[in-house]
Amino acid sequence: MSSVVQLENIHKVYDSGEVKVHAVRGVSIEIQKGEFVALMGASGSGKSTLMNLLGCLDRPTEGRYLLDGTDVSRLDRNELADIRNKKLGFVFQGFNLLARTTALENVELPMFYGQRRVSAQEMKERAMHCLDIVGLANRADHFPSQLSGGQQQRAAIARGLVNQPQVLLADEPTGNLDSKTSIEVMGVFQKLNEEGITILMVTHELDVAHYCKRNLILRDGQLVNDVLIKDRMIAETELRKLREAETAHKLTA
Amino acid sequence: MRFFSTIFVAFRALRRNKMRSILTALGIIIGVGAVIAMVSIGDGAESQVEAQIASLGQNIILVFAGSATTAGARSGYGGAGTLTLGDAAEMKSQVRDIAGVSPEIRGQAQVLANGLNWATRIMGESEDYLAMRQWPLAEGANFSDQDIRSDGKVCIIGQTIVTNLFPDGAALGKTLRIRNLPFKIIGVLAAKGFSLQGTDQDDFILIPYTSAMKRFSRQSYLGTINVQAEDANHMATIEQDISNLLRDRHHITAGRDDDFRVQDQQEIAAAATATTRTMTFLLGAIAGVSLLVGGIGIMNIMLVSVTERTREIGIRMAVGAHGSDIRMQFLIEAVVLSLMGGTLGILLGIAASQVLSHLNHWPVLISTVAIVTAFVFSGAVGICFGYYPASKAAQLDPIDALRYE
Repeated sequence: MSSVVQLENIHKVYDSGEVKVHAVRGVSIEIQKGEFVALMGASGSGKSTLMNLLGCLDRPTEGRYLLDGTDVSRLDRNELADIRNKKLGFVFQGFNLLARTTALENVELPMFYGQRRVSAQEMKERAMHCLDIVGLANRADHFPSQLSGGQQQRAAIARGLVNQPQVLLADEPTGNLDSKTSIEVMGVFQKLNEEGITILMVTHELDVAHYCKRNLILRDGQLVNDVLIKDRMIAETELRKLREAETAHKLTA
Repeated sequence: MRFFSTIFVAFRALRRNKMRSILTALGIIIGVGAVIAMVSIGDGAESQVEAQIASLGQNIILVFAGSATTAGARSGYGGAGTLTLGDAAEMKSQVRDIAGVSPEIRGQAQVLANGLNWATRIMGESEDYLAMRQWPLAEGANFSDQDIRSDGKVCIIGQTIVTNLFPDGAALGKTLRIRNLPFKIIGVLAAKGFSLQGTDQDDFILIPYTSAMKRFSRQSYLGTINVQAEDANHMATIEQDISNLLRDRHHITAGRDDDFRVQDQQEIAAAATATTRTMTFLLGAIAGVSLLVGGIGIMNIMLVSVTERTREIGIRMAVGAHGSDIRMQFLIEAVVLSLMGGTLGILLGIAASQVLSHLNHWPVLISTVAIVTAFVFSGAVGICFGYYPASKAAQLDPIDALRYE
């Protein structure tokens, strides 16, 4: 297996004049194709900074970042934008869909900024295909305000997938969702991962992290733990258990 | 650059905020509308003034005889008797680009008709005179060739003569007596009213200049020759040609003064049109200021829009938009807004000037130049005032923009 993400001794220092904040202190990570990784840590552990670096939204102060074999640690603003467009998919905590824009149009968005011109017809087909994968094809012409939180997040996942990225990056994807919807969304991620998509997610919820295959724990800007989850939870099973518990509750009540 | 998809994105954004888009464009709509209406009214006024000046006689060159000195008294221009019919005939045949020539004899006489009498001006002119002065006939006909050649005893009279000698209005075909000679009235002129100097332009009688020389003033020379140029551009050359021709005919050697004087009315016309042109410019400038205010309105709304859509900009950048894509998007939005405003403003301006012209009976000239200028200018306003907000949007940091609440 080839490594998709390779961080070599990454440092990030924020220099705000008087104080220098050393947010990430020498992190090295290697992630192979097809992995499903949770990046965990308390607030202030540097996981957001690391996520911005991994997402090519920011550049490291020191160290090397190879994404799919390309060194992206010294690229300029526009080159980073092209890398984000081509190789990365983003899923955010707050969904970040464009308001007053249909789910379909939201999913089409990354294709507008691709280097290759995509015809309107092809855009629509690809966007519909991705909505279909996340089970939202029947809501394509709904506005975000007409969708539930879980549906909005699934639309956002479809948007992340539409340019067939190397890595899908998710920043607290279940942070704004209730526990049942969280499991549903994790189910979507697990399904995508089974189809071979590499997923890297940031979370501080331990039970959410248990749906992943590998957990990385960050403390004070350093990687302190790297474990493979042996008996990971499967979303489908958990959902079934939840439904059984509900029916049992109804029967007894 | 993905120019066409960016245009598409910009249109989508404007459509999402219909009301705000229309209100933003309103500043430009009013500005452009005002420019079009003001310039149309100004141009209309200018053309009206030009028409009024033209009715005084357009492209007329006056040739006066020089001054004569008799017993120490100088006669003033026209008194020297140096201009002859031969001069007039030569001008007509020799000088190029001339539309008409009318030798002129002036005099005063007591005129009798219908048992009434009236003192008035008698003018001997050629058949070209009415066309030169752009003076239409109310009834009857102009002098014929025959009338001129045979010193015909015919006349054309002004409206004041009609009122004073023919109170019942029926003058055509009647006869009036000038110094006891009967003249048949073959034409009656349309009324022209008073001149700027306060003389009654309708108080005179026209007779053929041949007739005037032979029967009225009994002189063999001319005081004045009226010449009309075919168009204003030839005035200067014609004046020079006439001058050369007369110096030659009058045997004036180099270094000696002319015994005649050549003059035109261009200066009056130029001054009058310059006045109205200043007016048009002033009106246009006022309207231009409102266009500027409209532009500032666009900038204001675009700045608000950039702040309000910071998160959207962050999302777009996260999925791969370059700063230039974002700048182009906001710039196109601004230009589309202002061009839309420009188009609606042009329609509004045309409608407003039509309504004004209808209500006030003002002449209104819709100027194509003004329309094209206003349209181009409104596009330029969009680019100028849209550039700053668009650049601000383009320089946002995607991380900060995504975190913006």
